[in-house]
Amino acid sequence: MTTSALSKIRIFFSLIVLILFTSVLVDFRHLFPEKFINIITSIQFIPSVIKFFSGVAAVFLGFLAVLALTILTGRTYCSFLCPLGVLQDVFSRIGGKIKKRFRRFGFRKPHNVLRYTLLLFTLIVTLIYGIYILTLLDPYSIFGRFMTYFLKPLILLANNFLAGILGKRHIYTFVDTPITRFPVFVYVVPSAFLLLIGLLSLIKGRLFCNTVCPVGTFLGLISKISILRIKFEGAKCTRCGRCSLVCKSSCIDFLNENIDTTRCVTCFNCLKSCPDKALSYGFVSLRKNKNIDMGTEQVDTERRKIILGSVLFLLGLSGTVSGQKSATPKPTKASTIKEDKKFPVCPPGSTGISNFIKKCTACSLCISECPNDVLIPSLKEYGLIGIMQPRLDYYKGFCAYECTRCLEICPTGALMPLTVDAKKLTQLGRAVFIRENCIVKTEKTACGACSESCPTKAVHMIPYEGKLLIPETRDDICVGCGHCEFACPTTPYKAIYVNGNYEHKAAKKPDNVKSEVKKPIEFPF
Amino acid sequence: MKRRDFFKKSFNAGLAAGTAFSLRRYGNMWENEGTSVGYDLVALMGGKPETMFDLGIQEFGGMGAFIKKGQKVLVKPNIGWDRTPEYAATTNPLLVKRIIEHCFKAGAKEVYVFDHTLDNWVNCYRNSGIERASKDAGAKVVPANSESYYQEVSIKGGQILKTTKVHHLILETDIFLNVPVLKDHSSTRMTCCLKNMMGSVWDRGFWHKNNLDQCIADYANFERKPVLNIVDCSNVMTKNGPQGVSKEDVVNMQTLLISPDWIAADAAAAKLLGRNPADISYISLAHKMGLGNMNLESVNIKRIKM
Repeated sequence: MTTSALSKIRIFFSLIVLILFTSVLVDFRHLFPEKFINIITSIQFIPSVIKFFSGVAAVFLGFLAVLALTILTGRTYCSFLCPLGVLQDVFSRIGGKIKKRFRRFGFRKPHNVLRYTLLLFTLIVTLIYGIYILTLLDPYSIFGRFMTYFLKPLILLANNFLAGILGKRHIYTFVDTPITRFPVFVYVVPSAFLLLIGLLSLIKGRLFCNTVCPVGTFLGLISKISILRIKFEGAKCTRCGRCSLVCKSSCIDFLNENIDTTRCVTCFNCLKSCPDKALSYGFVSLRKNKNIDMGTEQVDTERRKIILGSVLFLLGLSGTVSGQKSATPKPTKASTIKEDKKFPVCPPGSTGISNFIKKCTACSLCISECPNDVLIPSLKEYGLIGIMQPRLDYYKGFCAYECTRCLEICPTGALMPLTVDAKKLTQLGRAVFIRENCIVKTEKTACGACSESCPTKAVHMIPYEGKLLIPETRDDICVGCGHCEFACPTTPYKAIYVNGNYEHKAAKKPDNVKSEVKKPIEFPF
Repeated sequence: MKRRDFFKKSFNAGLAAGTAFSLRRYGNMWENEGTSVGYDLVALMGGKPETMFDLGIQEFGGMGAFIKKGQKVLVKPNIGWDRTPEYAATTNPLLVKRIIEHCFKAGAKEVYVFDHTLDNWVNCYRNSGIERASKDAGAKVVPANSESYYQEVSIKGGQILKTTKVHHLILETDIFLNVPVLKDHSSTRMTCCLKNMMGSVWDRGFWHKNNLDQCIADYANFERKPVLNIVDCSNVMTKNGPQGVSKEDVVNMQTLLISPDWIAADAAAAKLLGRNPADISYISLAHKMGLGNMNLESVNIKRIKM
């Protein structure tokens, strides 16, 4: 087989994968159809496993396909299908441009203790306690968070810049889109991983994939029995060591003509590098693996510069985002009573908090795709287990009555599809009215922003003093969409808020009474 | 003749006369040269919204009486909610379309349509049918979802609302047509001409927080006023407004009001909802500030039944 073609195919294919996942995750105009998103995310290993064990989505057995692929071809997944893996390849290439040394890898010993401990630890914690570690380490979810929290704001900045220029000429191809600002702590986890993965991939190729990533380690174990492998054509090898030098996984021990398949991500770079065609990709010959010595650690002088650069980038990013903050008018009278939110509101389709936090890997796809920007990553609202998992923040937005976007696209099945009609009868929480905070009471003027926004009229207006009307809530038809809380203009506390339901409940259909107003026969004036 | 029979007969006679009348007028709907009779309010009943508009605008001498050649026109419907047209939460798209057609016929260079929606703007524009209808008629449908599209202006004569941020097209167009839909409203009891202007400002929260009724009336002081208010009362949301819960909220009234005086139009609209204009606080506030006339007895009304 022509060996250089393999690496070209890999680059071409993986770039398409990278572009697709990036586009879907920064798709701020929500252009991708839900079905399409479902299909491309279905090949992501961890989300697919979780979806499978949620029981319903038996249609997409993406992870079985990945397993089959691995048994057949080795860790092809890591080079072809994993967006985080491809992103690291891009970083590594950039690293090579910065310093050639960063692209000269050479053979290294595997960090077996570390990687198998991490895999085992992840497995045990996930099976016994919950999704804590998996949420942090699932490569697709890490990638999702990079896109949502770092790239999307940058793209929106560019979009808004263009929208500003063209808007002045009354051209509205680009629409100014407000950038969601998340609490600062939200950026801690993705920033830490961006630093770790960014640095490692910049100077050490796929070290993260072969040391930390549980999917990489797991597929590495599977690939021990893979049928197609990269192997030495013994006699041809002149031991020039070029293959080892270009190997991002540092897994080619050319002196012993041995390739560590558990770490090989089948990038095919070695095939291309070999001047003697001594390496080939084909059916395995049963040769015994031998583990031999490694090179020595190199001290890195560029590291500080890179760290500094990353920190500056993040600072700059947060600065530009905070620059978009809108000026809000001062309240005439401040509200006095704090909302007493007992539970956070978790997204529709999750059936409730208990189920949701077990299955969500916090890939942030729903956060990025929510047309109303109501989803934000949680910090400790769900407890430590749920860090970065999305919750609905009604200070930021509200859950649109007719919208089912998040539950249609969830890759892990933490959110299960509902019809629009079923979603409209799902009670995420209940509105609670604090009369003491309400404008109608404190200012003695009309407001009713809450009732105006309520899609079911669970928040309705009843007579108050004089001609004034004041809100009243009904639990049975409230769906907990939070439009009332979002619309309520009181500060610092809202006069109406939604208390999340720990388990989602069924809401009654709103009343449906014939109107008392009749069609006029004559003009009434 | 019994009283009831009298009503029936006169209604039928009225209908017949109206139809004949309308047919005669319908032939020259595109002609603009008719002279204005000086009506304050033209009210039409019994037709499709677009045909009622064709007829009603004639009474003002056609759209050409308001629009000069080459002018930029803003048509401001109510697109506030993500609801399909049959819920009557948004202005009838066919009416919007016909108005835009009249604008272009009168020589408008460009017609713009926008609303600061409460639900997701993309969905509101699409599902209300107004985006499609406006584009079909050749108008530009413009976003209003971001603060960057708004400019701070001062409201001379405003008691509480002294400054506010308005959409830049309010300032940059030559002519502005207000095209609200009449609806029940949970807090102000009714939304129509004046209330529709909340969809052209950025910070509605300020209005809600600082005496909503007064702010609505205050805004009517702003120098950029609509030359005409065209009130869609074809289907009227009579309860559970302004969003509506079901189709039971909607009454088919087949009525259209056209008036340069938005207080008069609001007062007439209130009557259609079976309410006393004086009970709608912002109407009486605006009336007292001298921004229009809510006393319909002293308003020169042309009533047309089709």
